[in-house]
Formats: sequence, C-alpha cells, structure tokens
Amino acid sequence: MSARLPILGQEAPNHGCGSGTCGCSSEAPPVVEERLDTDVSRRQFFGLFGSLTAGVAAVASSGCGTKSAEAAEKASLDWEEYFKGNYQVMTDEEKRATVERLERRWELEHGSRVEISDQNAVPGVLYGYAFNISKCQGYMDCVDACVKENNLDRESGMQYIRIFEMDEGTMQLGDGDGRFYHEVPAAGHFYLGTQCFQCDNPPCTKVCPVGATWKEPDGIVVVDYDWCIGCRYCQAACPYWARRFNWQEPFVPEDEVNQEQHYLGNRLRKKGVMEKCTYCIQRTRKGRNPACAEACPTGARIFGNLLDPDSEIRWVLANKKVFRLKEDLGTEPKFWYFMD
Amino acid sequence: MSARTKVHDENRPRLGHPALGLFRDALREVTTGGPLYHLWMGALTLLMLGGTWAYVQQLRHGLAVTGMNDHVSWGLYISNFTFLVGLAAAAVMLVLPAYVLHDEDFPRAVLIGEGVAVSALLMCLAFVTVDMGGPQRLWHMLPGIGYFNWPDSMLTWDVIVLNGYLALNLLIPAYILYSRYCGRQPNKRWYVPFVFLSVAWAFGIHLVTAFLYAALPARPFWNNALLGPRFLASAFSAGPAFIIVLLLIIRRQTPYSIPDDTIRKLALITTVAAQVNLIMLISELFKEFYHPTHHSESAIYLFFGLDGQGKLIPWMWTAIGLNILCTALLSFHPVRRNHRFLMPLCVLLFGAIWVEKGMGLIVPGFIPSPLGEVVEYAPTGIEMMITVAIWAMGLFVMTVLVRAAIPIEMGVLRWQPSEAPSADSDSSHLHNI
Repeated sequence: MSARLPILGQEAPNHGCGSGTCGCSSEAPPVVEERLDTDVSRRQFFGLFGSLTAGVAAVASSGCGTKSAEAAEKASLDWEEYFKGNYQVMTDEEKRATVERLERRWELEHGSRVEISDQNAVPGVLYGYAFNISKCQGYMDCVDACVKENNLDRESGMQYIRIFEMDEGTMQLGDGDGRFYHEVPAAGHFYLGTQCFQCDNPPCTKVCPVGATWKEPDGIVVVDYDWCIGCRYCQAACPYWARRFNWQEPFVPEDEVNQEQHYLGNRLRKKGVMEKCTYCIQRTRKGRNPACAEACPTGARIFGNLLDPDSEIRWVLANKKVFRLKEDLGTEPKFWYFMD
Repeated sequence: MSARTKVHDENRPRLGHPALGLFRDALREVTTGGPLYHLWMGALTLLMLGGTWAYVQQLRHGLAVTGMNDHVSWGLYISNFTFLVGLAAAAVMLVLPAYVLHDEDFPRAVLIGEGVAVSALLMCLAFVTVDMGGPQRLWHMLPGIGYFNWPDSMLTWDVIVLNGYLALNLLIPAYILYSRYCGRQPNKRWYVPFVFLSVAWAFGIHLVTAFLYAALPARPFWNNALLGPRFLASAFSAGPAFIIVLLLIIRRQTPYSIPDDTIRKLALITTVAAQVNLIMLISELFKEFYHPTHHSESAIYLFFGLDGQGKLIPWMWTAIGLNILCTALLSFHPVRRNHRFLMPLCVLLFGAIWVEKGMGLIVPGFIPSPLGEVVEYAPTGIEMMITVAIWAMGLFVMTVLVRAAIPIEMGVLRWQPSEAPSADSDSSHLHNI
C-alpha cells in the first residue's frame, strides 16, 4: 500500500541525479521510516490512490531521479493531507502523523526544517490576560512582535493586535483611532489594545459549520487551517473583530519564517482560510509568555494561568478594578482591562 | 410549417423506457426554437462563460480579487444568496392555493413556480460556493466523512433546508410531469404529502436563512427578532412579483394559457405582502431612529452615512422610494388589474426588494465593525461578472425547465410507444418564438 512510496524516495538518488545542480537532497528523509509504521485507516484507504498519484507525478517530472522521487513523495503527502480528518477529533497518533507530513512537505518545498508541535493542552492550565490601560503608551512593539512570531502575512500587512488611541473621557472604541501614525504617547489620550479575547463562551466556534474552530481545554480558541472551508461565518460572529481571513496567498520572506511552530498556532497558512490570535499557543504551552507580553516595554501586558492562585494574573484580578469589553453579550472574555 | 418542424413531427416509433423518451423529447424541446430563443440562450451562455473566466481568476488569486475585506467579509455573493432564498420560498405562494386549498386557477401556474424555486435554489448554492475560501474542501461538511456541526451552526441548518427544498421542488414536478407524459393522472396519494411538506419547508428555508444572521449578537443590525418575519414578507412580495412577470411573458410568447384569475390573485398576494413588509420597515425605522443608540449606527450608515461614508445611501433611498410607490400603486385595484401597469410595477418592486434585502441588508451589518471602525465595500468587476453569470445560469435553468414543462402540461408532449400516428399536429407550439 502506501508503504511503497518512501522506498521510491530512497532508491531515486542512484538514477543519475548526482550533479547537485538540481538542488534536491539525495538523503532519504528520516521521517519516512517512521511513517511506514503508522497505521491509520484513512491513509490505508487512500493509499492506493496515493501511489497512483505519486506514480503519475514521478513520470511527469523526468531528467532528475531525486527530483521526480521528491515530486512523487510530495504528491503522496498532498494526497494524504487533503483527505485527513478534523484535528479536533484526531487521535494523538493521527496528530503526530499530520505534523510529520507537514514538516516533511515544508522541507521538500523549501529545503529548510520547521518544527511543528502537536502538544496538547497542559492539564490544570487556563490562560488569561490582563491589559493595563494606564501603562500602555501605544508603542506597538507588541504588534511587531506578534507579526514576526506568528508568521503573519506581510503582503496584506495582517495584524492580530489593534491598538486604539482613545480620547480621555470615553471608553467608546468607535471614537478611538485604530490607525494613528504619529509620535506617542500623544497628550490627552490613552491606549487600549484588542486581540482575540479567547472567550469562555465563544460565539465564533458555535457558528462554524464544519467544526474547524473550537475552544481547547486550556481556553485557547483555535482554528484548524486545513479543515476551514473559508465561509467566514465566524468572522461575522465575533463581537471583537478578532478574526482575520487570508484573502490571498499569505507571504512571509523565507528568512523571516519563525520555524518554531504549532499545528494550531503559527504554522504557515494558505489562502482562503481563517486565522486568529492563539495567545501564541506554540510558546505558551511550553510555559513561555506570548510574544506581545514579552515585547511590551511598559509592562502593560500580563499573562498567566487563571487556575494558579499564585499567578500574576490572579493577583491583578484580585487587587485591581477590572473590566471587559461588551460584557453584556455574555461571551465571558478571558481578557481583562485594568488601571493603576 | 418549416422543415425543422417536420423532422420534429415525424411519427417514428419511440423505443425504450418512457423516462428515456421524456429525456429525449425534453432535450429536443429545449434545443429547438426561434431566433429570439436562441439569442436569449446564447446571451446567457456568453454571460456564464464570462463568469467562469472570472471565477478562475478568483480561484487563482483568492477572494482578494473581490471588494470584500476583513471588515466587510460578506458582500455581493451573500447578498444575492439571501435574496434568492426568498425567491425560492415564494413558490409556496403558488403551491399553497393550488394543492392545499384546491384553488381551481392555480395548477397551471404551479409548475412554473416550482421551476422558479429550483432555479433560485441552484443560484443560492452557486452563490454560497463562490463565496467559499476553500470550495475544494466543502466535503468537510458531509456527515460521516466530514464534521457536520449540527445543530449548533445555523449554516448546517441552512444546508439541510436548502437541499431538502431543492429535492422536494425537483421530485414533485418531476413526478407530475412524468405521469402526464405517460398519459396517466398523477396519484395524489403519492405526491400530496410531499406538497404539504414543501409548504412547511418553504417557510423553513427563509426563516432559517434569517436566523443565520439573527443568530449573531455581534451584529446588532441583524440581531433582531423581526428579521425572520420581514424576510418572509419581502420574499412573498418579490417572489410572486417575479412569477407574475414570468407568467405574463409565457402567456404572451406561448400558447400556454394562464387564467387572468391566477395573475389577479398573485398580484393580490404581492401587494398584501408588500404592505406587510412596509409596516415592518416602519417599525424597524422607528426603533432605530426614535432614540438612536450605538446599535443604530448600521442603520444610520445605511440611510444617512457615517463618518462621511455612505455608498449605499442613494441605492437605499431609491429602493425605499420604489417600494413605497409600487406598494401604494398596487393597492389600487384598477392599477393592479391592468397588466400594462402590473408588469412594470412588479419589475420595480422586485428590484427595490433586491436592493433592500441584498446589499442593503448584508453590507450595513458589517459597518461599523464591532470595534466601531467604518470601512466601506464596493464589489469589483470580477465579483459582478461572477454574480451576473450565476443569475444567467439560473435564468438558463429556468428557461429549460419551463420550456420542457409547458408542452407536457398542455398535453402536447406525450409518450408514444407504438407506431400509431401522432394525434397532435401542434408540437410546433413553442418553436415560432
């Protein structure tokens, strides 16, 4: 069945590539060996077709043995990726398998390695965020760090975080300016940042027709970029304008790609799918702060585990007067604002 | 008559299954016709080809080729989808009197109504599909192999009701026409239960589509209990208005007779629904403007503009003006009963509701954004080409369905298994147009 394919990849270097000018690696991919042992019914079912596709691809690209073998391998990876299931209902083995396929595909396409994590939520953790509107000065270092950390599309200038320059005396976001471009801080203003609030009762996940977006056990609302059909119903349902759509093929310069990735986080997206802030799931599940919190020069951003009574976020909630946006909608954001 | 008619009329034996015969005869009916007919179908085909080219561009470059963006994330496609669900639901206004209330006048028109419903539904499905970022992944929605988020997502409800309604509106007329073609009286026991189901279903498709929007507290412009009823009222006004125009054209262009009474009753339905729609419009406007809150900003944008932006203002006021004018004029019996007035009034009313319930409903839902920003939307040329092509596809399907159904309904097109000479000499009924 599908076990035939990787062997093709191993034999190929003997067939007269050798010149090195074609730029293809002549080493057998290490991932492949592991893939032989994984036993997934969906893969078995489509394996035969995968072999056929691979064969066609192999015939189509001639002149360089390794190249054609790689084309065949890529075709079979594409095939298996197309027919994989929803990440939300995958077993841990299936998650591992898709992550390995994606890593291998990246290697075939770009010649570099990325690490895509499939780490599950850590038990006993529920993430929360607090934003100090007295401290924020509108420097936008958080926005910059977020763009780089999360491999956001540079072409369209996608940003998850918005910083609104607010007039003193009002909390009405519509009166604020989300596109200011001048020296900060400006007199008579304060600054308020928004991003995905990882609602405890998220209106966006409920509306998704295919279950491509859901709330993880640690409270992070995620998107399976490979399962999303791009209907944008979730974008209409979000009361905080937190979701972004890939209207075109996203572009990140090769040397700027953050290679430390998570399947549900900053791995590279494709056109026609939804994405959003995940509290930097690839960092936070490893116990680090999100990039925005780490980058903030003023200390306005506080992130932590809501279930840990000794965490800083719990201290803020217990000792500061906090509020959330649009609490009347019952969305229960896990993102609070407070003042010194 | 012409040579073409002779070929068509020759009394050769027809072998095989009657279903095959029906297919063959229907195919001949829809492929033969006068120059005007060919011009019409040719023009529709050209528009569809243009739209196909535009869709290829969209597939290649992504939805960035449309005017949509992260602020206004649904536009012309979903506007037309919403409006056309109403047109599809309107078939019930013919079905209800004909099958359920046994109104003697309606049966001649009812198959036409179902043809309109089928075409409208196909347009709906096409509009939703072209709006998708990943149409190649639509199988993710199939229950069993995919993940069908039912009952949580209203979109899954819409998938069920729209496809179910499409099936009903294909099966009922197919059964009736096939029975007639075979020279049998269709068995009421077989189809009447489905007719009742389709009546309830018609209300369902439009309510569910309204709930799709009303489900979103993030969008106060839609999150409104009146949205569902208002959808129904506007649908039962625009839908029959469209069908009236269609019936008047059929009556003029073909020997198929539609009783005056049918037109008169349909005109009455259109008028009453338009009146109810206006009453609901007034209550909405009252609520939005008596004491405007932040939740009224979408309505303010729509009617008066917000932050100096107001692309929809002229469209909306024209639509409201036409809506009031048509409803008022149709309310006078002599005007409504005169087909010279009725036809243009129906066209204008249809157009007014298309604006009001299409772009006038969808776009302001996104303006201002939930964070209070005003970003406007205007469709691009590619978007318009695709939209026009889908309408052309709908009209193409509708023409085909009507053209095949009429001769069967008239008793002209019949299954003739033997070599017996054909009784009718009037099969050329449609071919002079």
